[in-house]
Amino acid sequence: MTATLPTTAVAVPNRIDSFPTDRIAGYNVRPGRALPYGASIVPHGVNFSVYSSRAEAVSLVLFRRGEADPFVELPFPEEFRIGGVWAITVFDLDYEHIEYGYRVTGPSTPGPGDRFDANQVLADPYGKAMSGRDVWGTPPDWTDPYRHRSRLTFDDFDWEGDQPLRIPPEDLVIYETHLRGFTRHPSAAVVHPGTYAGMVEKIPYLKALGVNCVELMPIFEFDEFENSRVNEQTGETLYNYWGYSTVGFFAPKAGFAATGKHGMQRDEFKNLVKQLHRAGIEVVLDVVFNHTAEGNEYGPTIHFKGLDNRTYYMLTPDGYYYNFSGTGNTLNCNNPVVRDYVLSCLRFWASEYHVDGFRFDLAAILDRGPDGAPMSNPPLPEALAFDPLLRDCLLIAEAWDAGGLYEVGSFPNYYRWSEWNGKYRDTVRKFLKGEADVIGELATRVAGSPDLYRHRGTIASINFITCHDGFTLADLFSYNEKNNEANGENNNDGGNDNDSWNCGAEGPTDDPGIRALRTRQMKNALLLLLISQGVPMILAGDEVGRTQRGNNNAYCHDSDLTWFDWSLVDENAELLRFVRHCIAFRANHALLRGRHHARGSDVQSIGYPDLSWHGTSAWQPDWSPSSRLLAFMRSASTLEEGVDHVYVAVNSHWESHELELPVLPDGVLWHVFADTSAAAPNDSFAPGEEPVLRNQHSAPVGARAALVLVARRPLY
Amino acid sequence: MQIREYKIDSIVVIRLTGDLDSRSASATQEQILPSLPADERILLDLTGVPFMSSAGLRTMLLIYRQAQIMNSSVALVGLSSELRDVLTATGFLSFFVVADELADAVELLKKSELPNAMKPAPVKSTLKRSGAA
Repeated sequence: MTATLPTTAVAVPNRIDSFPTDRIAGYNVRPGRALPYGASIVPHGVNFSVYSSRAEAVSLVLFRRGEADPFVELPFPEEFRIGGVWAITVFDLDYEHIEYGYRVTGPSTPGPGDRFDANQVLADPYGKAMSGRDVWGTPPDWTDPYRHRSRLTFDDFDWEGDQPLRIPPEDLVIYETHLRGFTRHPSAAVVHPGTYAGMVEKIPYLKALGVNCVELMPIFEFDEFENSRVNEQTGETLYNYWGYSTVGFFAPKAGFAATGKHGMQRDEFKNLVKQLHRAGIEVVLDVVFNHTAEGNEYGPTIHFKGLDNRTYYMLTPDGYYYNFSGTGNTLNCNNPVVRDYVLSCLRFWASEYHVDGFRFDLAAILDRGPDGAPMSNPPLPEALAFDPLLRDCLLIAEAWDAGGLYEVGSFPNYYRWSEWNGKYRDTVRKFLKGEADVIGELATRVAGSPDLYRHRGTIASINFITCHDGFTLADLFSYNEKNNEANGENNNDGGNDNDSWNCGAEGPTDDPGIRALRTRQMKNALLLLLISQGVPMILAGDEVGRTQRGNNNAYCHDSDLTWFDWSLVDENAELLRFVRHCIAFRANHALLRGRHHARGSDVQSIGYPDLSWHGTSAWQPDWSPSSRLLAFMRSASTLEEGVDHVYVAVNSHWESHELELPVLPDGVLWHVFADTSAAAPNDSFAPGEEPVLRNQHSAPVGARAALVLVARRPLY
Repeated sequence: MQIREYKIDSIVVIRLTGDLDSRSASATQEQILPSLPADERILLDLTGVPFMSSAGLRTMLLIYRQAQIMNSSVALVGLSSELRDVLTATGFLSFFVVADELADAVELLKKSELPNAMKPAPVKSTLKRSGAA
């Protein structure tokens, strides 16, 4: 068989709607196609479609790239409107050298909550690329009334067969990072620091670490200059560094692209996804649908306010903004139009960018109705749960909001949503610092929080001890108190309930005993995280002891306070090696990753319960309030691994304890995978290299230490 | 955009001069794609291309894909550091054999195997593909 050679004439047939019907302001146009919304490059022209429930007139405003004033405005003729959708195809546009927006005129008698303003040019809410912040940190032109401009870009990309990876969620180890912070530090030694391209250069590090999913803090276009200010004490510029304030929901942040100045951020981000996928690493995006960068009545008008304020925002009866997000406005997620917008947006990222999932910031807001009251069956989370395009995407809720709604364990989930398990974090922190009366709850948390997720399975629980919010792991064991002075709010911002413990000195210390204890505590924490049922999430840099010098709310710092310092990879090689071993151990023991919660009984008839609890005596856990020791054994039979047993003991007591061990079947012996009280390299071992435990009947667990044993046939 | 085509030994050299962007991309495609030779080694000389936009990158990739169908191979020469940078950051560079000098490129191309359009996995072993012709 001979391959047929396509010619351009066959591949791109002319369409009968490829010809103009009208002429407006000197441009050839025709009535546009209402769908898809937004701007699409079509043969010989560009199709623009925009909607508003109450607009009375709309015009398309075109700028030459970078010029202050538009070169032409094309009013949409009334015949170009279907329902509330205005659409026009404009021919012969130089699509790479223009920026566009809309001018929208509202009803002559505004209703409560209307904010139409025909003096403003509005960005396209469906704009797939935005200019205005093309290079991170370049001061904007504050006099420009149209600062975030929509641009035209190509959708096509050579994915070379790439697809979302569809790794079973129970097998994931998630790694949360800021895109820029990951490679911005000079020690990263990448060609383009702080960019999508820069991250590509660090993929080998991620692969060697063993994580198989990166969760990127916001990468939708945002304005790093939103509320930017100079800290008068330090002279440093404070930015909106984290970016939890979206400007363009369909646009990847241009300032995160080395090629953002050329408008190629879409290609550069796609290449990052493609390269991560090739390395077997999924991509989850942290998305912010609880509010927007338009703020309250004093905030800027970017798009929604001028298009349809009453539709997009939750408003009080007299037209002011509800503020459940703590940032000025609240997106009206369960309005049918907004719901459709959010759904379209996520479908776009899943299909166009091949992302593998989403983490929803302050997701409890997605449960609130237009009046702000929580709904029992909120349409938006339900629609996302059942959408065909999103079927294989992780949906992770940060199941609380700034309005006091706390839904960990009760977020409307449709057996589909997972949650950031805030209770896991709180319990493990309390245990590690040595608090009394937490052993019972700790047992529940390491077992995958069956009290919260019994019917949803372990994958509903995203376990974490640290995340971008709060202390880093190193700081959790170095500071009793937060140190947020550099944020310029007199240390009043950031949480005070950190459950942290400085191990004996506040902040940096030369005391070798305290330093050793801190390292051990970090090992205890990461070991516990990676041995718990549920999906573990690691904060980037915790594997090498990254510090933010006690700042637990570093949202505004684009500096070495927040950047990943790659010199720590050598400096804290011991910790990094330990974490690699923990991740490898998890990958090698399917019983740590079961999708279903253990039953506590011998469900597989292997002679051992799938999960059993122990103490200083085998089979006798101490649940008393003064207990600071928890030991448990996981036992299961799997096709690949045969019968497997893993024994874990964690001790937050300041004294060591001798543990009687459960008796193993004939032929297998206890081997030591990890002992955080042992000096490196005996603190942990690579899979298959675990040494046999000398005394098979009992073993000591050190003071504030953890011990993990694995049953194996001895190597001779 | 000026396009000049000539031969060095058995190699077809296409020399582009001017910015390759939305203003020149479709004319460039119309001129190059239909007459792209089959079973040849093709060298794109970009010494005279100071800038390439997103539309330009796509033109390059279209030439590459068309050449693949025609069982020809493509190499690039004369990339400015800016151009190489943009191609690297967006991942486009990985599709091409790249040389610094014309002579190197000619040698590289001479040594290279022509892709066989009938084989399911052309050019790169890292390609994951299921249903190619």
